[in-house]
Amino acid sequence: MQPITTIVLLLALLTPAHAQELSEDVAGTYQLAQAEPDSRAATGGAQTLEDILARQRGEEIDDTFRRTATGNPDSAAGIASQLGTLGGSSDPELWRALRYGTADITVSSGGPEARVLMQDGGMKWLAFREGPLSTVGAGALGGTLVLLLLFYMMRGRIQIDGEKTGRTVTRFKAIERFGHWLMAGSFILLGVTGLVSLFGRKVLIPSFGHEAFSTMAIASKWIHNNVSWAFMLGLIMVFFMWVMHNLPNRTDIRWLAQGGGILSDGVHPPAKKFNAGQKLIFWSVILFGASISISGLSLLFPFELPLFAKTFSILNATGLPQAAGFGDLPVMLAPHEEMQLAQLWHSIIAFVLMAIIFAHIYIGSIGMEGAYDAMGSGEVEEQWAREHHSLWLEEVQSQKGAEPDGKATPAE
Amino acid sequence: MKAMFTAFVAIAIISVGAYYVLGGMGFTSQDRNAGNAVRLSDTDE
Repeated sequence: MQPITTIVLLLALLTPAHAQELSEDVAGTYQLAQAEPDSRAATGGAQTLEDILARQRGEEIDDTFRRTATGNPDSAAGIASQLGTLGGSSDPELWRALRYGTADITVSSGGPEARVLMQDGGMKWLAFREGPLSTVGAGALGGTLVLLLLFYMMRGRIQIDGEKTGRTVTRFKAIERFGHWLMAGSFILLGVTGLVSLFGRKVLIPSFGHEAFSTMAIASKWIHNNVSWAFMLGLIMVFFMWVMHNLPNRTDIRWLAQGGGILSDGVHPPAKKFNAGQKLIFWSVILFGASISISGLSLLFPFELPLFAKTFSILNATGLPQAAGFGDLPVMLAPHEEMQLAQLWHSIIAFVLMAIIFAHIYIGSIGMEGAYDAMGSGEVEEQWAREHHSLWLEEVQSQKGAEPDGKATPAE
Repeated sequence: MKAMFTAFVAIAIISVGAYYVLGGMGFTSQDRNAGNAVRLSDTDE
C-alpha cells in the first residue's frame, strides 16, 4: 500500500504544478507578443500577431508592407539557378500583386475590367447593396407611404375652401405639361425597373422563380438603359422652362412659416407661380435628378465616363475628406470599383428622390382638390389659383386685363 | 391629357431610338467586350 499511496500523493502534488507551468508558458508567449507589437523583422516581413488581432477587431491596418512586397524582377536568380524561372517574384508575391491589383496582366479579350483578376472591394459592395441599401431604401419608401397615409387620414383631401367660380386659368402650357410628363413617365418606369434590378435576388427570385425573373430582368435592363434618355431630356426641358419661377424670394419665408397652409383649413399664404414647397420639389428633382443622370451615364459608359476616381482626387485637394477623418480617398480605382461606387450612389440618391416624389404625386392627385388639373388639362379653377397661388393669379389677371378675356368661362 | 399621352409616346420613341442608335454606334456589351468569334446573345448582330 505504501508505494501506491506515495505515487498517488506525488501525482496529486505534481498536477497543479504542471498546470502552473503551462499557464506561465501561455502567459509568457502572450507577453512576448504584447511586448513587441510591431516586430515584422521577427516574422520575416510577414504580418504580425498584432496585425491579425487588429484585423479581427475590424480595425484598418496599414497594409503597405504587404501591398508593396510583390517581388523584384531585378533581383531574380539566374535562369539556370534554383527558383530562377520565377523571375524575381515568389508565388506569394505574385498572388499579392494580383490581390492588390498591381500585377502586370495581359488578356486576349475583354476591356480594362478583364485585367482585374481579384477585386475584394466587391464584397463590401455586395454586402452594402444587399444589406443597408435594400433594407433602409425599402424602409424609406415604405415609411413615406405610411406617413402619407397617416396625413391623409388626419387631414383628408385638401378642398377648395371658397366657392368655385366656374372660370379657369391656364396654369401650364402644353409644352410645359409635355416636359413634365416626359420626365414623370420615364421616372416611374426607371424607378420600377431599378427596384426590380435591386431586389431581384433577394425578393423576386424567391417569389417568382429564376425563369420568370430572367424575363423580368431582361425587360427591366432594356427599359432602364434606354428610357433614361427621355428622363434626361425631360429634366433639361423642365429646368429651362421653370428655373426662373423657382428662384427663392421673400414670399417663401411666409409660406414656410405658415406650413404652406396645408395643415389647416382656411389658411392660404400667398404664393407666386410656384410656392416654397413646389420650389423644394423642383430643386430636389433638378439636383438629385442630375446626380442620378450623371452616375447613370457613368454606369452606361463605364470606361468612357468613370466618375469617382476624378471626384475623389478633387475632393482630396479640398482637404475636406481628411478634415472629416476619412483620410485620403482612393484615386486609383479598378473599373469594377468605379461601377460599384456609381451604382451605390445612383441607388441612394434614387431612393431619396423616389420618397420625395411619392409626396409630390400624393399632393398633386388625391391629396388636394383641383391640383391635378394643372398637369392634366393645364386649366385650373380660378378659386383654386386664388387660394394656392394668389400672387400668380393677380399677375395673370392683370396681364389679361389688358387684352380681351378669351379663355374665361362664365359661371352661369 | 393630350400632352401627357404625347409625352408617353415620346418616351417609347426615344427609348427605341436610343436602342438602335447606341447599337449602331457599337455600344453594346458584345461589341465592346468581345470579338466576332464570340456570341453573347441569341441574336446575330
